[in-house]
Amino acid sequence: MADTRGATARLVRIAGRVRWRRLLTPEALIIGVAVAIVCYLALVPLLYLLWGTFVGEGGGLTFAHFQDAYAPGTYNMTTLVVNSAIFALGSTVLSVVVGTALAYLTVRTDVPFKRLVFAASLVPLIIPGILHTIAWIFLASPRIGIFNHMVEPILGPGFFNIFSMGGMIVVDGLHAAPLAFLLMYAAFKSMDPALEESALMSGARLPTVLRRITLPLVRPGLYAAILIMAVKALEAFEVPALLGIPAGIWVFTSRIWQVLSGFPIEYGQAGAYSLTLLAITTAGVFFQARLSRRGKSFQTITGKGYRPRAMPLGRWRWPATAAVCFYFFVAVIMPIGVLLYTSTQPFYTVPSADTLSNMTLDNYRYIVDHPQAVRAGRNSLILGIGSATAVMFGMAIISWIVVRTRLPGRWLLDNLAFLPLVVPGLVMGVALLFVYLRAPVPIYGTLWILFIAYLTRYMPYGMRYASTSMYQIAGDLEESAQVSGASWWQQFRRVTLPLLMPGLVAGWIYIVIVSVRELSSSILLYSPGNEVLSVVIWEQWENGQTTELAALGMIMIVLLVVLVTVGARLGARVGVRD
Amino acid sequence: MLNVTELIKTFPSSRGERDQVRAVDDISFEVESGQLFTLLGPSGCGKTTTLRCVAGLETPDSGVIRVSDRTLFSSGDRVKVPANQRRLGMVFQSYAIWPHMNVFHNVAFPLEVAPRAQRPAKKDIKERVERVLSVVQLDDLATRQATDLSGGQQQRLALARALVLEPPLLLLDEPLSNLDAQLREEMRFELKRLQRELGITAVYVTHDQVEALAMSNRIAVMNAGQIQQVGRPREIYDKPASRFVAGFIGKTNFIGGTVERKEPDGVYTVSTADGALRTTSRADLPAGTTVVASIRPEHIGLQRAEDADSEPNSWTGMVETRAFLGESVDHLVSLGKSTLQVRCPARVSIPPGTEVVLTFPPEQCLLIPTDD
Repeated sequence: MADTRGATARLVRIAGRVRWRRLLTPEALIIGVAVAIVCYLALVPLLYLLWGTFVGEGGGLTFAHFQDAYAPGTYNMTTLVVNSAIFALGSTVLSVVVGTALAYLTVRTDVPFKRLVFAASLVPLIIPGILHTIAWIFLASPRIGIFNHMVEPILGPGFFNIFSMGGMIVVDGLHAAPLAFLLMYAAFKSMDPALEESALMSGARLPTVLRRITLPLVRPGLYAAILIMAVKALEAFEVPALLGIPAGIWVFTSRIWQVLSGFPIEYGQAGAYSLTLLAITTAGVFFQARLSRRGKSFQTITGKGYRPRAMPLGRWRWPATAAVCFYFFVAVIMPIGVLLYTSTQPFYTVPSADTLSNMTLDNYRYIVDHPQAVRAGRNSLILGIGSATAVMFGMAIISWIVVRTRLPGRWLLDNLAFLPLVVPGLVMGVALLFVYLRAPVPIYGTLWILFIAYLTRYMPYGMRYASTSMYQIAGDLEESAQVSGASWWQQFRRVTLPLLMPGLVAGWIYIVIVSVRELSSSILLYSPGNEVLSVVIWEQWENGQTTELAALGMIMIVLLVVLVTVGARLGARVGVRD
Repeated sequence: MLNVTELIKTFPSSRGERDQVRAVDDISFEVESGQLFTLLGPSGCGKTTTLRCVAGLETPDSGVIRVSDRTLFSSGDRVKVPANQRRLGMVFQSYAIWPHMNVFHNVAFPLEVAPRAQRPAKKDIKERVERVLSVVQLDDLATRQATDLSGGQQQRLALARALVLEPPLLLLDEPLSNLDAQLREEMRFELKRLQRELGITAVYVTHDQVEALAMSNRIAVMNAGQIQQVGRPREIYDKPASRFVAGFIGKTNFIGGTVERKEPDGVYTVSTADGALRTTSRADLPAGTTVVASIRPEHIGLQRAEDADSEPNSWTGMVETRAFLGESVDHLVSLGKSTLQVRCPARVSIPPGTEVVLTFPPEQCLLIPTDD
């Protein structure tokens, strides 16, 4: 007995020494730096936000900011919560229904023009939210909207009103649908078609199969999609700001924007709104985590690769095709078409034979000669490519630690990297203002503060892409490199990274897109000279430069398409050939 | 050559951090230069963990691992050479061929990542890779993408990669288990030939007893983290030291009983439920010890009762079923209390229901003391 205790003590001592010696290797240095950066990015803004909101001038605990923020009146808490809830609910229902239907049709049925449907489902992802919202104002505003112009002879003026709760829901829902499509696409893709086929063989008809087999099986994926879409809608900024504020429909994000853009700037109130919003989104994500844990009880859906057999739609084939075409027309052709049209006009009017013969490229000339727009384009490019590269590289290391090592506390690291997912962009902006207005780091007023914002906000996406690929790489591929004499860095660079590359490139492309689109953090953190494209578009909208804005928007969309294409090409080159 | 002393490796069990599973429970063995040493046992017996400890992929709790004069691990002296500095060769069960490199680069990798001072020149790397590829007969596929190889070719590629550093010791983790039966037999001879011709010292892990018997110079049979017996294949097969070894290596019949007496010529008489049996034993057993006698199916003589002369050490029974196996015929013979399996050459085939006489050569009946 005493003997074993002595031996144990000796073992503990050895373990201690071995660990200390290990801490001095380059491997430990890289890991340590990566861990420190994740902790810093995830925790510091939130701590400052709490501090700035709850600690008063004198240093004591205060709820004054909450009292001011929720003072009875137009902006009382009930109104904000109800508006935000209706908006989020409506937008979620629309985006999930549209996204799920499109995903089901492309993955599991014999709907024609599949490649086109797939592309059409993803194109709206590339259109920045602010452009999408402005395009819809051109289409359905009561005064200048093309739709209203068309139906006016029959239904009278102002039949469609985009500046309403309904308008907000439609615009936000349509813009969010591609993300729901992507989430559900993965869920349908990983389902064993034999499960549906056996239901068909049992004599069930297609709608019955859909209701009794398909939907219950993708339920975990569906719940995840619903909650992600709801959080997205709660943190949406462009739609509530551009459509909601003129209509007097206030939600949390537009209120945060209002107290920060008024005078005097109410940082404390912004903090109070931010914390409320953060509490709601956090509750949502926890709820989702609980649901998906329960969902694991029936994991008949495995990660195996299937060659899915298409379900024949029968007489529903052509109605389904018509619905897809209608979606494509509404979500892609019309918004881009109206932007393109506007960009060629000297001033905005409803299209007619007259305006169509008066097309001009003056707006594009104006943009190209406009130093602010050019500078913003360069800033967006630098930030997009820089943050995507930094996030994917960092998360490759973090996911390696989480998946491969037995480091104590690695689950904490995993959660920390996911934490910013619950932080709305506007809240992140507020939190970073709190940090860098107070902290003695001179990055406020430079591009660096935007870089840090993007890094933090897109860390969770990078982590998801990187760790999914990491799980797919068998551990012995790395072990055989070790046994071959490779150091940790050689192994990581020559074996792990190349094998991860397809996943990293996919994540890179996604982050480039979302960071070039980004508005809600940038609008709070930019400073003159450091604008990004979305901020310039926002300013031009405020100035009433609609036609110039449309031209800049078209350039931005083309830029994103080029970036995505180049990224995908490069990715195909470095990826594993199979 | 390879010395493993008092190796212990525990893992936290799935029930919690406090419970520990002893995957390797105080084992010691020695491998001589130029030999192929096999760790044989059922899955979960700790053989792969032992191999991974030698490779440096697992850190043992305690023990000493030495190759030639070099200490790779010693808990007492606090020595732990990392896997990438041990310069051993290893072939993984899944081959672990890097799919993003071609055949040549897979093999060149260990040379390319060597510390700068020891790294050969580009020209030498090419030469050495080509040499080792020709040894495993892959020289004409050097530019092929690794994922385009067949199973057997991937296996040879993994071997080439492990050999290119000319390691003092080659570690093989069930290298043949992913091949189909015919290829496996082919590769078995191939591997043995290479090992002998190149004079490689190798530790081979397998759960396949046929593979172990065919290839090894020496075998260590493992169970539950411990080595049950170490010996030459013949010795392990003919003289199993425990009931586990006898049952795991090949087929055997166990007949329980008690030692009655030991004759001066070393033959024991054991009384069993079905009568007296004359046997031999490795250990010295006093009268009254509870034992089992192990006898292989192919060592039992089988004759129809009407043809049989009365021979010593024989019992009568009845054939229950028989199964034709191609080169032999298995008979299940029921005695009074027990049923024995008897393997006969294909020309002997006795229909069920026939009364038969079983003959037990005493030198083939081996007594094993029961632990429980």
